Amino acid sequence: MATKRNGIGVLMGVELVLNGANINFVAFSKFTALGLDGQVFSLFVIVLAAAEAAVALAIALNFYNNHLTIDVDRGNKLKG
Amino acid sequence: MVGETLRNYLMIAWLLPLAGFVVEIFFGFYSKNPRHSKAAAWCAVGCIGAGFLCSCAALVTWGNANDWCALEHHDSHGEHADAGHETAGHEHGEHAAGDHHVAEPAHNAAAAGEDHGHEHAVAAASGDAADHDDHASGSQQTTYSGVLYTLGKFGSLELSLDYYIDSLTLVMFTMVTLIATCIHLFAMGYMSEELTDEYVDHQAHTSDGKHVHRPGRFYRFFAFLSLFCFAMLGLVLAGNIFQVFIFWELVGICSFLLIGFYTERKSASNAANKAFIMNRVGDFGFLIGLMVLWTFFGTFRFGDTTNAEGVVAEQGLFSMVHRDEATGNFLTEPITGDVLITDNHGHALQQDGQNRSIPYYLLVVAGLGVFAGCVGKSAQFPLQTWLPDAMEGPTPVSALVHSATMVAAGVYLTGRFFPMFVQEVLLTIAYIGCITLFVAATIAVVATDIKKVLAYSTISQLGYMMLGLGVFGWGAGLFHLITHAFFKSLMFLCSGSVIHGCHHEQEMPKMGGLLKKMPITAITMLVGVCAIAGFPMLFGLHFSGFHSKDAIVASALAFMKANPSHFLLFFIPLLTAGITAFYMFRLWFYTFWGTPRDHHVHEHAHESPWIMTVPLLILAPLAWLCAYGGESGPLYLMLTGDAPSHLANGVAAATEGGLVMPGHEAVHAVHSQAGLLALAAAFSGALIAYILYGTNLVNVEQMKNQLSGIHGFLANKWHFDDLYDALFMKPAHKVAAFCAWFDKTVFDSILHGSAKLVVLVSQWDRIFDEKVVDGFVNLLGTSTQSVGRSFKVVQTGRLRQYVMFIVLGVVALFAVVFTTFPG
Repeated sequence: MATKRNGIGVLMGVELVLNGANINFVAFSKFTALGLDGQVFSLFVIVLAAAEAAVALAIALNFYNNHLTIDVDRGNKLKG
Repeated sequence: MVGETLRNYLMIAWLLPLAGFVVEIFFGFYSKNPRHSKAAAWCAVGCIGAGFLCSCAALVTWGNANDWCALEHHDSHGEHADAGHETAGHEHGEHAAGDHHVAEPAHNAAAAGEDHGHEHAVAAASGDAADHDDHASGSQQTTYSGVLYTLGKFGSLELSLDYYIDSLTLVMFTMVTLIATCIHLFAMGYMSEELTDEYVDHQAHTSDGKHVHRPGRFYRFFAFLSLFCFAMLGLVLAGNIFQVFIFWELVGICSFLLIGFYTERKSASNAANKAFIMNRVGDFGFLIGLMVLWTFFGTFRFGDTTNAEGVVAEQGLFSMVHRDEATGNFLTEPITGDVLITDNHGHALQQDGQNRSIPYYLLVVAGLGVFAGCVGKSAQFPLQTWLPDAMEGPTPVSALVHSATMVAAGVYLTGRFFPMFVQEVLLTIAYIGCITLFVAATIAVVATDIKKVLAYSTISQLGYMMLGLGVFGWGAGLFHLITHAFFKSLMFLCSGSVIHGCHHEQEMPKMGGLLKKMPITAITMLVGVCAIAGFPMLFGLHFSGFHSKDAIVASALAFMKANPSHFLLFFIPLLTAGITAFYMFRLWFYTFWGTPRDHHVHEHAHESPWIMTVPLLILAPLAWLCAYGGESGPLYLMLTGDAPSHLANGVAAATEGGLVMPGHEAVHAVHSQAGLLALAAAFSGALIAYILYGTNLVNVEQMKNQLSGIHGFLANKWHFDDLYDALFMKPAHKVAAFCAWFDKTVFDSILHGSAKLVVLVSQWDRIFDEKVVDGFVNLLGTSTQSVGRSFKVVQTGRLRQYVMFIVLGVVALFAVVFTTFPG
């Protein structure tokens, strides 16, 4: 994710990170006394990831409309 | 009810001038043409004239109610009584303004007393006549008192407007209203120059040296006169001494306003201030007297108040002290000597089981206090210097306020308050009067301003009245008050006529020979001069001053015989009787006799118009004849009708070697002797005046130069003004100058120093504010800004870099977590 310049690639990296986290939640919940906590967390994360994907894709589209590319390095307008 | 009728008559007479004042001052100002209209004057004359008729009506009502018992003559001393039967009717006609039938042939009052019907006619016709007291027998009520309006109540103490009507009140009312009416008429002519939109005052200058031009003040003058009449009548009617004080101040303010009538003249406004301030000095004593009375007696009323059943509800001052029947002294506590406060029957009032009493010395203080007020108002020594200066006012004012009425109010109050005076107070009164009459008479001898001569003569005659009261001649003093009011107002009006005729020339050395130019004025003036000099016999009728001055001198002689150490109280008045005749005839010869000294003045002199001469012609016979019959005549008997009862028998010495007050018998015994002496003095005075001023036998100027020392002393008024200047004015100026210096140096420097300190402190404060407070705030701002600026480089805008930060951050977090919580 950190190396990708393509916005869609970055997005896919984000999804991977989230899914990795989900697996961790489910797996580590086996070793806690809290029962279904890990599974419920991961369900939330899945829902959030879906919403995030929708928003991120919309940003990517608009980015493309403005710059005719989705190279994230071009988006440096907010540089301080 | 006679009392209510009397009260109503006198209240109308009293309040009408007030109504007149209101109308004149407001409607006079708002009317279409106030500067040219005589309406205000007619209004004033109408009010005071109606007041005179009401006073006459009250007098007749009073006389009828007690069957003219005042005129029944008890005493037998009547050596003057049979003088002048033949013209008595004449006098009566003058007095009563033509009503009633004239009694003729007029009996003298003593004879008339036997014949009731006839006596009635005499009394009714005279309008001034009447009465003799029945205090002793108690068969007739002659004094009426009561409450008009309650001002306030403080527990059991009460302040109210009261009335007290006795024969003295009625005579004063008639005299004041009659003289005031004449003077109002005269003033209508005298003040007619004010009937203009632009009056030029030749004696007042603006800062650039021109004469002052101002609108005429005709209506204002009459408004002030009306206000004065209201105040004066209120003073006479007053039934308690606090009310007297109120009206006392009211006449004072009217006097102030009228003296300062030509307010643009510096001398006039100064004189007004002087009169007012000197009166304050006396009134201060008056207030002290009032406080003593209020503290010990708890009432200011003169007479008793009765309730509806005629029972005494509340006692007045006069019945709260009783005199011993035999000696005439106050009833006292045997051990302490305090004077007892008693009920109507001479029994001591009780409070907390003890007799109520007032220390003797406080009774002296109260008497002296009240008399101090009279000293100020009547211009007695040592407060006499305001009256000559008061001549700055218009001449009718001098006639009404400063000779006939207001200045006589002091004598009136002394007479009214007589029952409360103890011997020591009476002796003080006598000596004050004695000093005054001598000092003023000597100054009058050298005065050259015609009005100033009359002013000093007024002071001198007021001194006679005070002396008369002080030597126990109560009737004599008040008798002289009435006769003096007539002849002095006459003379002032004559001098006004002269001044008017000579176009405001007042200096006698510029006059002379005016007899032919103004005959009416000259002749009426001569009547006044003869009256004040005390001449007897013109067509068989004595002049009024003869009777009244005789009475005073006789009282003084009797007093001297009873108390030989006080011989001055007789010899000085006797000598002054001669001086009086001298300076009055000097005035007359100077003005009317001889050859004109200033041809310019003489050529333009003219007799005054009828409206000014008619009052003279009314007053002249009154001045001549008002005392008809002397001490057996109607005026004297009427005046003394309600005299204090201890007068008749005199008062024995309270202590060994104390003062003895002569009774009527003692006075009567020396009457003819005193009369002859006074007459001799008067004749010699008049003769000297004739030789010096009526003939050319002696060069007066040369004589003046030879006596320049004494002349200068007298012309400078015995240096009283200089003395007061040195005693009070100069120190006051010194103190004021010191205060000004102190103010400027000490107070101002303190103020300036503190102001500088404040400036300094605020400068420091500014520096602190600008440097420290503002610096801190600015530092905070700039440091915040620089921190923000240094952090902004972190925000590169490169997305992948941010992700790297996240990765590194997570790794770092892991590392921290695992190193912190190993296992």
